[in-house]
Amino acid sequence: MIGILSYLVFFLIQALVYSIVALGLNLQWGYTGLFNIGVAGFFLVGSYTFAILSGPPYAAHLGGFGLPIVVGVLGAMAAAGLVALIVGIPTLRLREDYLAIATIGIAEVLRLIALNAKGLTGGSRGAQSIPRPFQDVIHSNLLNNAVYLLIVIAVVVVVYYALEAMVRSPWGRVLKAIREDEAAASSLGKSPTSFRLQAFVIGCVVMGLGGALNASFVGFIAPTDFMPILTFEIWAMLIAGGSGNNRGAILGSVLVWAFWTSMGSLTQSVLPSDLQVKGGALQIILIGIVLLAILMARPRGIIGEEAVVSREAQLGGGDGHD
Amino acid sequence: MAQYIADGIILGATLALGAIGLTLTYNILRFANFAHGEFLTFGAYFALALAGVLSFGPNLGSLTFGWSFLLVIVLAAALTAGLAILLDVVVYRVLRRSDVAVALVIASFGASLMLRNVVVFIWGPQPDYYSRAIAIAHPILPGVRVTTDEIFVVVLAAVLMVALHLFLTRTRMGKAMRAVSDNVLLAQVTGVNVANIIRLVWIVGGGLAAVGGIFYGLTVQLIPNMGFNLILPMFAAAILGGIGSVYGAVLGGLVIGLAESLSVIWIDPGYKPAIAFGLMLLMLLVYPSGLLGERP
Repeated sequence: MIGILSYLVFFLIQALVYSIVALGLNLQWGYTGLFNIGVAGFFLVGSYTFAILSGPPYAAHLGGFGLPIVVGVLGAMAAAGLVALIVGIPTLRLREDYLAIATIGIAEVLRLIALNAKGLTGGSRGAQSIPRPFQDVIHSNLLNNAVYLLIVIAVVVVVYYALEAMVRSPWGRVLKAIREDEAAASSLGKSPTSFRLQAFVIGCVVMGLGGALNASFVGFIAPTDFMPILTFEIWAMLIAGGSGNNRGAILGSVLVWAFWTSMGSLTQSVLPSDLQVKGGALQIILIGIVLLAILMARPRGIIGEEAVVSREAQLGGGDGHD
Repeated sequence: MAQYIADGIILGATLALGAIGLTLTYNILRFANFAHGEFLTFGAYFALALAGVLSFGPNLGSLTFGWSFLLVIVLAAALTAGLAILLDVVVYRVLRRSDVAVALVIASFGASLMLRNVVVFIWGPQPDYYSRAIAIAHPILPGVRVTTDEIFVVVLAAVLMVALHLFLTRTRMGKAMRAVSDNVLLAQVTGVNVANIIRLVWIVGGGLAAVGGIFYGLTVQLIPNMGFNLILPMFAAAILGGIGSVYGAVLGGLVIGLAESLSVIWIDPGYKPAIAFGLMLLMLLVYPSGLLGERP
């Protein structure tokens, strides 16, 4: 019983950390139509910045500032936002696919830096003993995980309401207007590039937050944690749940992560050990087929975006066919 | 220095062949096909499988393969072209028809990950080689040593590029392809069958990518990640040369190949793959239409 409970807590922490990243991506893709396929890169920046700022002194690489965890998290968010600015400024004024190419590029470059800049990141051996809140006070593993789950839930709630407030504000309506009809939006005096850049940076800041929470939870990060497969998982979560809907992003994260981990344990228990690598490959192929099927059959996801009708139209017509 | 230039040209030949297909599909189908790198991977692995069954005759001179390998290259290119068309029919065409056409890029990203893992599933994650024979490098210029395989790669790449040039300028189908690339509606009005041209673009792009992948397998090695590792330099080549321009893709491929190879002189080789990305970002910042691209 305790075993199942502690696994459930462990699973939910992981799924909800991913849901934070998916929420960041939803602001970019769901509401603004930006192709960010370098999610893993912004997650990496958040993770490493947190480890360097809040982690213990490392013999082999930078760190040991031992700053409070909150400062580390804020620093992680700022660093991810800064990288987003560097990528966004040259590419967001161009055709939309350029951002896709640039983001996948920056994710690879960041992974190369994590792998090669040993003095900064620890190279392929990664950064260890990344602190977790209350680890000195609560020693029981299960209890500590439970507290961490509460913290993550609180963060998800705060991020959710903050993003909801943003996308429902006039600012959020401009984002949707640009996504639907750029020419019309710019003819009303809204600069598409500037709004896109804001949405892109804010989304990446949220991804950096997810990265920091992940580093703190896992306690150990290495360059192999940030492969393109991570980006793919987050996209699968958002598309399955329904892009353009923040509740969908959270629901999709839990569902896809449940599917992913159960597929993983299934292939692990069914296949003999010499076929494990092929099992991992099969796992990715199957989830890819599911994702493509959802894209083709239900492009709006499980929940999908809700229609927004202006108050005047609701009062005037009232019969619901707008 | 001269050796690095020679190495850069050899890498550039691979990149250029890959970038040609990328720039054509980008321009005609209007989306960045991230699965294009997997066409190189599949071309290389198809050739590996075919070379296992179709290997006869002695090796040619100091090459590590015989006449039969030329047949293998042709067949692998044909199979890869088939794979490209299959991917288009099964995935991309459906998404092109729906109103969420923007999902194409995500679909291609997902398809690339899946195809890569199909390679792992069939052939395993370990590196492979076409031949265990050791290719001996001969000095061709003072300070420059290349293997006969590498000379073969550069010569065949040049032959293919000339053939593509003649196809695009001298044949009806080639001209129709350029017309569709310039303006789809205008081409349709003059009676060009756009569906046929799209198929042709996949055949040309997929076939050339397969040859590029085989070249990489011959001069470096075969690994399931090879296409993914080459996709960014290929995009950089296509953007540097100007999207839609076949000649730009060739030029861009050579520039990126040379830049990556020469960068080793000044920076840590671990960062070599970042060079293409840096050049691309710089180009997008100062001159987004590319060296030989259309002027807006």
